[in-house]
Amino acid sequence: MPELPFTIPTTVPVSWYLILSAILFTLGVTGFLIRRNIITVFMSIELMLNAVNLSFVAFSYQLKQIDGHIYSFFVMVVAAAEAAVGLAIILTVFKNRSTLQIDDVSSMKN
Amino acid sequence: MDAILFLLFATLAVIAAINLVVQTHPISSALSLIGVMASLAVLYLLLGAEFLAAVQLVVYAGAIMVLFVFVIMLLNAGAEKRQHSRSLMATILGVPLLAGFLALIAYIIRTNLPKTSPVVFGSFKQGGPQDIGRALFTSYVLPFEVTSVLILIAIIGAVVLARKEI
Repeated sequence: MPELPFTIPTTVPVSWYLILSAILFTLGVTGFLIRRNIITVFMSIELMLNAVNLSFVAFSYQLKQIDGHIYSFFVMVVAAAEAAVGLAIILTVFKNRSTLQIDDVSSMKN
Repeated sequence: MDAILFLLFATLAVIAAINLVVQTHPISSALSLIGVMASLAVLYLLLGAEFLAAVQLVVYAGAIMVLFVFVIMLLNAGAEKRQHSRSLMATILGVPLLAGFLALIAYIIRTNLPKTSPVVFGSFKQGGPQDIGRALFTSYVLPFEVTSVLILIAIIGAVVLARKEI
């Protein structure tokens, strides 16, 4: 077998998982800020929740405790409830305004 | 092997997340989000969270995303229309600044946590349904019960909001 010019690590440290979590969270914030479709904005929030879940599980591995998994589980439950209510709100907004652009739903401004 | 799996699925997750942000059609964003969630389920398995990986696939990628896609189809949401052209300066400055910000975060995490343990698949054995269930019904029983009330409130709220006359 020929020698590779670089060595592939066999394991990665937990901090790499935390960096991935930070990257995903930042992308979620970016989508929340630059998108104008209300459903895409909502999906960016779900992306942020997923990123936080990953860091919970990574810290749980680092500390050899199960509590991070429990917190992550509760985050999932709250996200499910939030998705149901949020999508119902989106349906109501669309029924009243016939639009999904958040710029057009600005009656609370001024 | 662990590193290859991590790098593969981390790259997949980041690409899917970027695709979620840049796509204009909501259905494309929803499919990208399902890709992110599936990749994260594999990473949960690597970290020893078997139960959470299953819940991630069944509840998140299954139930919640079906709800999203159902609403997108129901509202017949088309591609986002381009309003007042986004300034070129925002794109030129924004992308490098975002990359620099992420590099700064990575640097801070690496310097503040220099000696985190390496992730070896199978070394954390407490993430199965048995251990999660025992923790949920002993030390976390009060939050568990409060969660059931929260879900009841969410159901009632969704039904009230989705009625005809509102």
